[in-house]
Amino acid sequence: MSNATRQYCTFHLDGSLFGVEVGHVQEVLRDQEMTPVPLAPDVVRGLINLRGQIVTAIDLRRRLGRAPLADGARPMNVVVRSDEGAVSMLVDDIGDVLEVAGDVLERPPENILPRSRELLRGVIQRERDLLLVLDIDRTLAVAN
Amino acid sequence: MGEMDDVVKEFLVESYENLDRLDSDLLALETNPQAREMLASIFRTIHTIKGTCGFLGFARLESLAHVGESLLSLLRDGKLGVDAQITTGLLQMVDAVRKLLANIENNGAEGDEDFAALKAQLTLLQGGHAAAAKKPAAPAAAAAPAAAPAAPAAASPVAAAPSAPELAPAAPSAELAAPPASAAPASKEPVQAKPAVHAKDGGASVADNSIRVDVGQLDKLMNLVGELVLARNQVLQLSSLSNDNAFVATTQRLNLITTELQESVMKTRMQPIMTVWGKLPRVVRDVSAALGKQIQVEMYGKETELDKTILEAIKDPLTHIVRNSCDHGIETPALRAERGKPAEGRLTLRAFHEGGQVILEIEDDGGGIDVERVKRKAVSNGLITQEHAARMSERDACSLIFAAGLSTAQQVTNISGRGVGMDVVKSNIEKIGGQIDIANRFQRGLTLRIKIPLTLAIIPALIVTAGSERFAIPQVSLIELVRLEGEARSKSIDSIEGAPVYRLRGRLLPLVYLDRELGLAPPPTDDTINIVILQADGRQFGLVVHRICDTEEIVVKPLTKWLKSIPVFAGATIMGDGRVALILDVLGVAQRSRVLGDGHERTTTAADADRLRADSQRKRLLLFQVGEDLRMAAPLETAARLEEFRRADIENSGDLRVVQYRGEILPLLPLAAAFGRTSSLAQPERTSVQAVVARVGGRNYALVVERILDIVEQELKLDPRGRRGVVCGTSIIQSKVTDMIDIAAAVRQLDPSANEAVQLQEVLA
Repeated sequence: MSNATRQYCTFHLDGSLFGVEVGHVQEVLRDQEMTPVPLAPDVVRGLINLRGQIVTAIDLRRRLGRAPLADGARPMNVVVRSDEGAVSMLVDDIGDVLEVAGDVLERPPENILPRSRELLRGVIQRERDLLLVLDIDRTLAVAN
Repeated sequence: MGEMDDVVKEFLVESYENLDRLDSDLLALETNPQAREMLASIFRTIHTIKGTCGFLGFARLESLAHVGESLLSLLRDGKLGVDAQITTGLLQMVDAVRKLLANIENNGAEGDEDFAALKAQLTLLQGGHAAAAKKPAAPAAAAAPAAAPAAPAAASPVAAAPSAPELAPAAPSAELAAPPASAAPASKEPVQAKPAVHAKDGGASVADNSIRVDVGQLDKLMNLVGELVLARNQVLQLSSLSNDNAFVATTQRLNLITTELQESVMKTRMQPIMTVWGKLPRVVRDVSAALGKQIQVEMYGKETELDKTILEAIKDPLTHIVRNSCDHGIETPALRAERGKPAEGRLTLRAFHEGGQVILEIEDDGGGIDVERVKRKAVSNGLITQEHAARMSERDACSLIFAAGLSTAQQVTNISGRGVGMDVVKSNIEKIGGQIDIANRFQRGLTLRIKIPLTLAIIPALIVTAGSERFAIPQVSLIELVRLEGEARSKSIDSIEGAPVYRLRGRLLPLVYLDRELGLAPPPTDDTINIVILQADGRQFGLVVHRICDTEEIVVKPLTKWLKSIPVFAGATIMGDGRVALILDVLGVAQRSRVLGDGHERTTTAADADRLRADSQRKRLLLFQVGEDLRMAAPLETAARLEEFRRADIENSGDLRVVQYRGEILPLLPLAAAFGRTSSLAQPERTSVQAVVARVGGRNYALVVERILDIVEQELKLDPRGRRGVVCGTSIIQSKVTDMIDIAAAVRQLDPSANEAVQLQEVLA
């Protein structure tokens, strides 16, 4: 891996710090009005109107197999680009954009639950905490 | 030029374009004689022109192109090298072709010039460089008249090339010297130069009046218009809350312009059905020749227009149906004689508009479907059981031909009869929101009737709610709306072994509760029930929704991969308030709730079929009350819509009461006034009035009635003794005496201006 630094857009989810490379991120939005989709897989929270474009919102907590967000808490939208256009990932809260040297990405430890482990590209050790880097393609792949 | 054949016009446009490219191609070839691909493309262009000329009967043009083609083929095969002389010769040929095309465009004929000298020169050039070099002077001089106008045109691309670098450095310096604004005129010059060159070629020719546009570009335009429609809907919704008159007026204007723009853009995507039909006579000819049959094709409504995407989608299904008709439908001359029909079979294609949709009919006077044989075949193929076959109606049995794996052809020919096809035809038509119906006349013929939407991108839809969500139902599938209150509700809704059914005018319709089907919270218990009667796959069912809102033009947007696998949704759209609403896939809902039935669940009986046949002779009537005491009816098809207007929305215009309705002014005409009764319009305590909207003389009018009572279906026996004024007779409907009224006549009586437009036209004429 190169020594060039990489930028990660970070967010908090169920007490962990996650990040995706900024290149994937189109924008970050506050809680949006959402239309639920009956009969949809439970990771799909609904559809939002993003300036005339209809965007599917994915509940990242559910995708990662975590407990749902407390009632009344309003998630944030991290809108990422995918092959099929924009997709919104619902997260608890937005963090900073972090600049990290390119070679510090480590393999996710083996003992993480497989459901979340397979969605991670790696882990970055920071002084006080760990940054879990998401693999966007796998996160947005349709789970069967 | 107005009468010029479309084929010729198209040929001209295409050829002019090709020739323009040819000029630059030839010049490029001169500088790079090794460019084989370029040569091949030039060859193809000339070859195409030659071919089309032969087809259209332009002999001179054909022979000229032929000589050019021969020379080009030698070049293409590498037997001859490209040099200046050959290039000149070819350019002269291009000019001569242009001249001939211009003659055709202006006079409809090629003219007298035969270009013998040019042809001789081109032939000479084929003999190799040496041969041609011997006498270059004479032919060149002979061709001079043609070459002279050519020189400037042909030279211009060359001249432009070297001058471009000169211009390029000039522009930045101009920008440096002056503010950007003043640089603009300088950069305009090369742009102006272009049209000048074109004008020299021959004024406003066919090619100048039309341009070829990439379909992708039109798609993009359509998408943008879709976005605009959504934005318009949102602004309209905002303006309904506003008291600012200027804003409301501007919004109305925006509304009208958007609608017009939408129609215009849609029009650019429209093409006549003939583009698809055009190749069918050939198909019929080939098939009938192969089978020893005689078939005559007749077409009606060739000019009926459809969206290009839809035309593409129906091309193959249509060809398949036509092949099938020729192969299985129309009999051999011998069999036809036996059945007492003329030896020549007839295949009739019809296209026409009906209720915002296009109907395509393919009718043959052949043998029709032998229902019993279809059933036997289906049983032996294991598609249905013997007992099911026995109680199957004729209509259902006919639809078996759409089942995969069923072929009733006695023998498999290379044309059809392999049992694949009709199922694909059906699914392809349903994919674009269409429906296909069969009218079978055993031994007398078969009519396939295809209903398709005009366009796919923007569709009218009914908005309903279930749970706390809104859903859009494409209006194509909508049959009628039913609202049941109190007693009527318990009287007409029954359940058979837990399955809810609704009695609609004596017919049993399966009911589907949208909220239950989608797992949504049921609405608070309510005394009323709203049923949307829908049609899917040729069968009707009732969809129970919480509320029925309005109809709206919606822009269909596809769902992402996460949601594609849910069959009950066809897509999503953005509503006037900016929220997303899901579009129901009516067929998907019906299949999910199993109301269409599949083999074993079917309950259709022979009695059903008989009644269905009787239905077709019955009339659908709209029942309403006028004043306190009059019961009236009108044929349902004469009413465009049924509406309820709030008193607050009613405005005055002269002595007329009007409402703003879908971007236009709609006069409210009190029907009661025609019978000396008091209209609900004149009762200030009424907060709303009910009206029948009808289209008369191309305009909408609302006939205000006391109350809309019901829609009934029955055989109509009119007693003419009741006839007077707008009443065209009396009948007994639902055991009550009911006056049948002529809505158009009522409109004309109540609003004399409805006649005026017609009279004014007569005066002017």
